[in-house]
Amino acid sequence: MNNGSAYVSMRDITKIFGTVRATDGMNLDVAKGEIHALLGENGAGKSTLMNMLSGIYIPDSGHIFIDGKEVKFSSPRDAINAGVGMIHQHFKLVDILTALENILLGQRKGLLLNKKEHETKIKKIMDKFHLEVDLKKYVYEMSVGEKQTLEILKTLYRGAKILILDEPTAVLTPQETVMLFRIMRRMKEQDCSVIFISHKMNEVMEIADRITVLRKGHTIKTLPKEATNPQELTELMVGRPIDLSIKRVPKVTDKRVLKVRNLRAVNEEGVEVLKGIEFDICAGEILGVAGIAGSGQKELCEALAGLYPVKEGEILFKGENLVGKTPKEFITRGISMSFIPEDRLGMGLVASMDMVDNILLKQYHHNKGLLVKRKPAAAKAQEIIKKLDIQTPGINHPIKNLSGGNIQKVLLGRELDSHPELLITAYPVRGLDINTCLKIYDILNEEKQKGVAILYIAEDLDSLMGLCDRIMVISNGEVTGIVDARKVTKEQLGAMMLGKKEDEYAV
Amino acid sequence: MQFRVVRKPDVTQKQYTVIMLIAISLALLTSGIFILLLGLNPISVYISMVNGAFGSPYRIEQTIILAIPLVIISLGIAVAFKMKFWNIGAEGQVIMGAFCASYLALNYSYVPRPLLLLAMAVAGFLGGALWGLIPAFLKARWDTNETIVTLMLNYIALKWITYLQYGPWKDPNSLGFPKIANFTENAILPKFLGVHLGWVIAVILVVVMYIFMNHSKKGFEIAVLGESYNTARYAGVNIFRTILFAMLLSGGICGLAGMIQASGVAKTLNVDIAGGVGFTAIITAWLGGLKPPWIVLVSVLFAAMVQGGSFIQSAFGISAASASLIQAMILFFVLGSDFFTKYRVVINFERPALKKEA
Repeated sequence: MNNGSAYVSMRDITKIFGTVRATDGMNLDVAKGEIHALLGENGAGKSTLMNMLSGIYIPDSGHIFIDGKEVKFSSPRDAINAGVGMIHQHFKLVDILTALENILLGQRKGLLLNKKEHETKIKKIMDKFHLEVDLKKYVYEMSVGEKQTLEILKTLYRGAKILILDEPTAVLTPQETVMLFRIMRRMKEQDCSVIFISHKMNEVMEIADRITVLRKGHTIKTLPKEATNPQELTELMVGRPIDLSIKRVPKVTDKRVLKVRNLRAVNEEGVEVLKGIEFDICAGEILGVAGIAGSGQKELCEALAGLYPVKEGEILFKGENLVGKTPKEFITRGISMSFIPEDRLGMGLVASMDMVDNILLKQYHHNKGLLVKRKPAAAKAQEIIKKLDIQTPGINHPIKNLSGGNIQKVLLGRELDSHPELLITAYPVRGLDINTCLKIYDILNEEKQKGVAILYIAEDLDSLMGLCDRIMVISNGEVTGIVDARKVTKEQLGAMMLGKKEDEYAV
Repeated sequence: MQFRVVRKPDVTQKQYTVIMLIAISLALLTSGIFILLLGLNPISVYISMVNGAFGSPYRIEQTIILAIPLVIISLGIAVAFKMKFWNIGAEGQVIMGAFCASYLALNYSYVPRPLLLLAMAVAGFLGGALWGLIPAFLKARWDTNETIVTLMLNYIALKWITYLQYGPWKDPNSLGFPKIANFTENAILPKFLGVHLGWVIAVILVVVMYIFMNHSKKGFEIAVLGESYNTARYAGVNIFRTILFAMLLSGGICGLAGMIQASGVAKTLNVDIAGGVGFTAIITAWLGGLKPPWIVLVSVLFAAMVQGGSFIQSAFGISAASASLIQAMILFFVLGSDFFTKYRVVINFERPALKKEA
């Protein structure tokens, strides 16, 4: 497609953060009525580029054209006035307001007087794009999918003709993803341009018309979907040939390491968040945990690491009930938990400290006397850097300056280094590019072969189905089924994630 | 034209030094204009400030005497701040330390000097520690706001001493003047190389605290807890005990400073025993980056500024308020420069996009 027909055109865009060129002379053309996917590894510059198109960042150099006219945005408001709206991964909604109030929020026009008029206008947009939103519903009562639809409606209402979706499917169930894709297709029919950022190859292949691959701040290539395939795209993304398949190592033993029985816990508001969870894990087995975000994964992880108060039930680790023990006692028994929260740093690592001190965090308990010993930790740090191929200027560099993937490798490397018997790992590949994901799957398989029992909590059903032996699905704090990962389908998992019990299927 | 504030990547030690030097130069320049307005020569005023702080052995001693409590209290504050426990109750902890030490000084003056001084030091430490433990316990148990609690405890301590000075502890031999009796020889810190022993204690504490904060398990736990509550929990740190321990140490060190001030400087107890130094030390602890060696440097410079400031009052007939203004100017620039170590201002000369307002 040539320049003339491009609705949005970004030319030679450069943005520098400190010493890093986040985008280095990037180009992007998006046509009207097109779904355009942006594909790239972590740090390729996808989000940076889109943040400049939506007025959050200001480019250091380069030009942006919309409909042939050059624009310069100094705030998101400028961008929305020019018809560019972005849906972020973290929704910008006010929980205690209704859908309608959220849409009208921040609009300068008289709010109370014209509410009716606005409502009819909103209804029109809903009809036009086939969006289903209950305008009177409060945001805190909404599911993630509903919130996302509301965000889209809000952005369209503000006049967006160019919609940017930043990894929109990361938080959705398969069913919700289908819904989202339907909305995206409808927007395309209505001549909107949709820019879709994703890591997930299958989704990109399903929905996109054209795909632009970015790598390390550069635009590599724009391809029509029909003319390419996942293998080619991955190679363009990574810059070299790569084997995409996730290996599944056969289960090693049948020795049950962990038995969880009737595990119940309540949160601070007194709401039951774990409702009688029961499962077993064998040594050398990977048990996957699938569920919609906030179904009790975090609480389960923390409970299994001694960090969450257990109301009732048993955590039997090699026959010993660990309920009521301190986190330190869980650690000394060989239970290691790594939880990658959404911000990637909330638990397990100290951002401002260097690798040595972060490794020391799990070692210093074993140091005799009053002082800490940094030398062994420094040696370990070097070892982990080599083993996991971590990109860092040095072991004494604050880890917050590393990229997300490298930070996660530091965490995982440290946890594996403690030679656990039970490894609980939640979202270890969250937000990581394919290359790093595969590396981490390899590491988990290696540990599995060593006989480590692994509880693997993840959002991505493909990885769960490819990597695990069995998958436990939890919904609203309850186990809705434990199924064989080789036999289950995505639809079945999706239904169980929404609360349907396993026995309602003939698996 | 458009201004934007952009976060900087971490500055190097060299950049930091440059920014500081620029700040100090600007401070001197601005104060210089002010001094010119007073009709004086700024250069000679600055020279005599330095002269007033370091110009003779006596002046150096005076500067050191001012620096001692600043160094010690800053060390105490640094422990709490490292944990992000905002202990602004050093003033009260100093007072309570001085109170406990004075109790022994006034009632057990017959005890041999080394023994009495040692007991007073221990009592001072405990007094401050107790005053630090109260907010620590409240925070660890019920998550109260430590800023408010530590601040309020300052006033309780101060009023308690006022009560003693005007009431039960009033010296009957002072002819009705509200003062507490002077300490006897046994309760007074001896001098060593011209200055009371407090400086030796300060030097030892700097070394001990340096090791504690950088190489001890407890120091490590405090730092981790300060950076991330969740990570500390996750690593198996006993949060409750760590908060209490850190504040015991923080308050205790401040209490020890109180004992030193009462025994080495005031040689009695009075309502001015802390005299705001517990608040000033917050500035020096912060400017020293919570690092013991830097705290020493900053505290000595700060003491020199105060000492030099009072010297120019008599040398040039500048009013106390004007001298304070010069000090404040220097502080303002130095503290303000902190902003430029974290952010930089970008000026865009291009015009921003025209807004299509409805």
